[in-house]
Amino acid sequence: MKSVIFRTVAPFLTSLMTLFSIFVLLRGHNEPGGGFIGGLIAVSALAIYGIAHGVETVRRAIYFHPLAIAGAGLFAATVAGLISLFAHVPFMTGLWVYPSIFGVEIPLSTVMLFDTGVYLVVVGSISSVALSLEERGGE
Amino acid sequence: MEAWFALLVGIFFTVAVYLMLSKFIIRVLLGVAVLGNAVNLLIFTGGRLTRGVPPVIAGGADALDGPAANALPQALILTAIVISFSFFAFLLVLAWRAYEDLSTDNTDEMRVAEPAKEPMPPLGY
Amino acid sequence: MAVPTSSPVDLSAALVLGPTTFADWLVILPVAWCFAIGALLVMLRRPIGLHSIIAVAGLAGLVLIDALLLGHVATKGPVTMVMGRWLPPFGIAFTADLTGSLFALVAAIVALAGGIFSLADINDSGRRYGFYPFLMLLMAGVSGAFLTGDVFNLYVWFEVLLISSFGLLVLGSEPEQIDGTVKYGFLNLVATTLFLVATGYLYAVFGTLNMADIARKAEGLRGGAPLTTLTALYVLAFGMKAAAFPVNFWLPASYHTPRVVVSALFAGLLTKVGIYALIRVLVMLFPVEREELSFVMALAGALTMIVGVLGALAQTDFRRILGYLVVSGIGSMLAGIAVGGPGGIGGAIFYALHSMLVMTGLYFAAGIAARLGGDSSIATVSGLYRKNVAFAALTLMLCFAVSGLPPFSGFWPKVMLVKAALDIGAWWLAAALLLAGFCTVIATGRMFLLAYWRDDAAAADETVQLPSAVLAPLAALSLLPLGVGLYPEPLLATIQSAAAGLAEPSAYLNSVFPAGGLQ
Repeated sequence: MKSVIFRTVAPFLTSLMTLFSIFVLLRGHNEPGGGFIGGLIAVSALAIYGIAHGVETVRRAIYFHPLAIAGAGLFAATVAGLISLFAHVPFMTGLWVYPSIFGVEIPLSTVMLFDTGVYLVVVGSISSVALSLEERGGE
Repeated sequence: MEAWFALLVGIFFTVAVYLMLSKFIIRVLLGVAVLGNAVNLLIFTGGRLTRGVPPVIAGGADALDGPAANALPQALILTAIVISFSFFAFLLVLAWRAYEDLSTDNTDEMRVAEPAKEPMPPLGY
Repeated sequence: MAVPTSSPVDLSAALVLGPTTFADWLVILPVAWCFAIGALLVMLRRPIGLHSIIAVAGLAGLVLIDALLLGHVATKGPVTMVMGRWLPPFGIAFTADLTGSLFALVAAIVALAGGIFSLADINDSGRRYGFYPFLMLLMAGVSGAFLTGDVFNLYVWFEVLLISSFGLLVLGSEPEQIDGTVKYGFLNLVATTLFLVATGYLYAVFGTLNMADIARKAEGLRGGAPLTTLTALYVLAFGMKAAAFPVNFWLPASYHTPRVVVSALFAGLLTKVGIYALIRVLVMLFPVEREELSFVMALAGALTMIVGVLGALAQTDFRRILGYLVVSGIGSMLAGIAVGGPGGIGGAIFYALHSMLVMTGLYFAAGIAARLGGDSSIATVSGLYRKNVAFAALTLMLCFAVSGLPPFSGFWPKVMLVKAALDIGAWWLAAALLLAGFCTVIATGRMFLLAYWRDDAAAADETVQLPSAVLAPLAALSLLPLGVGLYPEPLLATIQSAAAGLAEPSAYLNSVFPAGGLQ
């Protein structure tokens, strides 16, 4: 993409959208949002960056291979279900801990781990498709 | 209301089947996309159309206050949307590859795996 | 209506409160195990050499887990576990009964054989492309489909195995594979969409998706709800997945294009998932409607058998012959489901298990034959017998087994099916079964005669050694049918009680709703 305005704005837009995607992911437990929609927002952010600066830049920026990210997400989601094994409750039962970090009580749960896994799976798999399509389109 | 939705679902299915009967991959692909939406609408209608609030119990109460929307069809549709979305993405890439590699998008001409004229198997030893 | 919070809430009406034992975990473990190993493999992109080791070890673990599960189910009856400890029908239930765990165990054995065979068949580029992760995810889908107790969840597992099968099919990206995948992909997507349509109607009628809940509610709804239409939709959707005539055309168009091990696994696993789903839905959920559709299904089964075997007779390519034989075998299972009764259902289950082992073995043999002979057409390949005698003997055993000749595993289900068909007076169905068996003998016999026994003038007495990674799975998959054929009693007894458990699912219902549950 040749447009100077777009190329200048794209990094800011991408970082804002990535931040927003994480916000959507975290608010998903009790309000609209969640891993899937958050992941899609993150992928759109990456796609915008790819249109502006080329696919190679995006691949360098996310460091890991998109499919490796998806694999890590799938692993996290499976582990989130399997933790219940040690608590003697059925698969996928939500387990909560409330650690206090710097005096603030942070509720953490296997549900959140699962949702983070979904987020990573969506980011990895969809961005892999999107990036390969962009690569082809650029030829 | 259900009757109108049933009609709408019928129209969706008609369009989808018509598109899928085409010889051209890209139209078939569009047909598949419409078909997915038709099914989602079908599930939505099948779960009864009600005007209700989300089934969330208010703070300080133990049970729902009045009728609520049925959340299950929506959850089913969400799953189906995710799946059909990923399939659509895959098939789109596949159709593009098929067009590049086989240099046609006409399914009648896609005879690489099953060539049209094949010799008979040997009839004797 | 608002109830103050101070009233004590009876959690036991909604949640599982007792501790979960390890035995309950066996139900979910096959799926979770495959997902965990598959995800691990996706993450490990660099050390590609580790993939095969981890995957084969993982598949061996899967066989062990499924064997433990089968042992547990055989002694203690069906086991249920619900996700997130929500009681059924609210929570998604995984229920393993004898049928499901038998299918899961045989599928795991087939996958392990495939994993070992792939050591010699899948090269580095195939590994880098992700053969092993896709294989593990495929097994997650297959195991999930066999063990789930929820109709919509079954749909999800169908999609999981479908998307991993796409990945396996295009491995290599040759034009032929792309062509095959286009047909496979679109037609299978239509099939699963039909499944979803049927499930949407099912939910509209029953208001529940739990299989046990549907089974006990179906009696009360009969007469008032369009259950026959619903069942017909399921028959069409699962029939398409199982490649029954007249919706079988995707199978012969695609199964000969991918790598040998991929087509072997597909032939062993995918169509049988369709058959399993058909058995589960028709026999356990809608037995009365199955009676009503019995004739149509018997007709479709007979046509599938005959059309399949005629297709096999018209082909020259090894794997295309086998593709049509897969279709023909599906016809026999369909006939068993149509006939019903302990003989029909038991025969269908037995035939499906036999077919999983034998068809996979035959595809392995076809791959080896193509490599030894330098071509994959029975018109040009010859003299394989002289090249490797052991390999030729194993192939001959598999050819006998697939044709239903004694003393191999194909014989007993054929006997059960023919007898069941004659018992209800469907002589034409029995005739079709025997005719299809006879034509299968011709098709496989011709393959053996031309490619193995015909003398190769150019290369006489030149023996070729085969690596044990290739021969061992082939030997396992041809000796297992021999063992089952010679001593069928234990398996037969298990299959008969599995069929009885489907026809009279009170043990299944008790496992899902221990105290009668919510009505």
